[in-house]
Amino acid sequence: MNPILIVGTGLAGYTLAREFRKLDKATPLALLTRDSGGFYSKPMLSTAIAQGKEAMALVTQSAEQMGAQLGATVRTGVEVASIETAARVVRLSGGESIAYSKLVLAPGADPIRIPLGGDAAGEVLSVNDVDDYARFRAAIRGRKRVAVIGAGLIGCEFANDLAAGGFEVDLIDLAPGPLGRLAPPEAGDFVRGGLAAIGVRFHFGSAPKSVDRDRNAVVLSLADGTRVPTDVVLSAVGLRPRTSLAQAAGLAVNRGIVVDRFLQTSAPDVFALGDAAEVDGLVLPYVMPIMQAARALAKTIAGEPTAVSYPAMPVVVKTPAAPLVVSPIPRGEGRWTCTTSPDGIRAECFDAESRLVGFALAGAAVAEKQALAKLVPGWLAAESPAA
Amino acid sequence: MNSTRTRVWQCIVCGFVYDEAKGLPEDGIAAGTRWEDIPEDWACPDCGVAKADFEMQLLAA
Ligand SMILES: Cc1cc2nc3c(=O)[nH]c(=O)nc-3n(C[C@H](O)[C@H](O)[C@H](O)COP(=O)(O)OP(=O)(O)OC[C@H]3O[C@@H](n4cnc5c(N)ncnc54)[C@H](O)[C@@H]3O)c2cc1C
Ligand SMILES: [Zn+2]
Repeated sequence: MNPILIVGTGLAGYTLAREFRKLDKATPLALLTRDSGGFYSKPMLSTAIAQGKEAMALVTQSAEQMGAQLGATVRTGVEVASIETAARVVRLSGGESIAYSKLVLAPGADPIRIPLGGDAAGEVLSVNDVDDYARFRAAIRGRKRVAVIGAGLIGCEFANDLAAGGFEVDLIDLAPGPLGRLAPPEAGDFVRGGLAAIGVRFHFGSAPKSVDRDRNAVVLSLADGTRVPTDVVLSAVGLRPRTSLAQAAGLAVNRGIVVDRFLQTSAPDVFALGDAAEVDGLVLPYVMPIMQAARALAKTIAGEPTAVSYPAMPVVVKTPAAPLVVSPIPRGEGRWTCTTSPDGIRAECFDAESRLVGFALAGAAVAEKQALAKLVPGWLAAESPAA
Repeated sequence: MNSTRTRVWQCIVCGFVYDEAKGLPEDGIAAGTRWEDIPEDWACPDCGVAKADFEMQLLAA
């Protein structure tokens, strides 16, 4: 029998394999990845510098160990170049084709890069996997200054971690303040205050234009004429789901690879989850949705079709200088009300019917996370039992 | 309650730290609760990984 084939060995691919093996120990299972397939915690990439961790220290299990543990074949260093859903095969960049019984796409997302001019634009780095982290660490070794482009979740986390690790940090964003897409301005101000207190400098409201070499260092120039001298530029302006494989195979794609609540793409026996997937209209590049999706999909491919349901899933912003947790509003909009006290912020977001649909808790108020999360309606409601 | 010192654990998926000395009072886990004594159906509050799936890593004894 042809194997169940999983493309990608990130949290999505490996978690699905693990959940599947709980239900089915026998069906052949194979995972393909173009990287080295080691298991690592991606969220720890933005807290590892202050702890002085090398990339190697973040990889807790090798591909061989994962394969043995999962009773699966893990092939590393192989790039899937195309998919032929009618023939049920994937083709590797070397030309080899691999037949599947069921195919799961978990290829993750690419960091978005804003176009930058200048003779050092090619030296700008992004950190979205453990190999990127190794390159970034090598680049900052012996250096003092880092400019971070993008004051969203990941940019703020890196700014905090780098400052805590002893670097001089400049944080740049076109928006007027941090975390604008995720949280109300009061929460953004709170994070700004916490980061300022550990020495982070801010440049808001102007777009980065170019990066130029200046002897041993570089200068990042902004549209308003500001020049930010620094050693290394880190870009953290968001992610774009990797949809090209799916698109070329004729699968429906939108922002991500389009799947229904059974994580099924527009082709039979082809599924997707993780940062690459758009599940019932939602692209949620976080760990908790992956766990939910992997559990449901494991059942489905083991023969018991199961729709995924999402509870409200608060996101912890890992900025110890300004602790923040946000339960985002995945669909539509709401009205924020904020209470600010000396030790924190409690912001709640209500929809038109005055239902609590999201919240942001900062400072000491983060302790209320679990209690508040229970009050927020699920993002994908649990299916009512089949009639 | 127990003679051994409390320990600190870390979730291998998201980095969440569980300090036995502090417990997780907001999650109904009293200060001093040892990792072994946390219910099997407990999940990491930050990433949802089940206790049974990813043994926490011992950070400090
Ligand atoms: C710095 C940082 C901090 C984060 N912190 C948090 C946090 O605190 N909490 C939280 O919930 N989330 C956090 N996230 C998000 C979370 O880590 C991701 O949502 C999750 O790890 C994505 O897993 P994935 O398996 O979908 O993708 P990935 O881990 O990117 O895996 C993609 C896999 O696909 C493979 N692949 C891709 N294309 C091909 C191809 N053509 N052929 C073969 N293989 C291919 C890659 O080699 C890789 O193995 C953070 C993300 C970052 C970058
Ligand atoms: Zn966790």
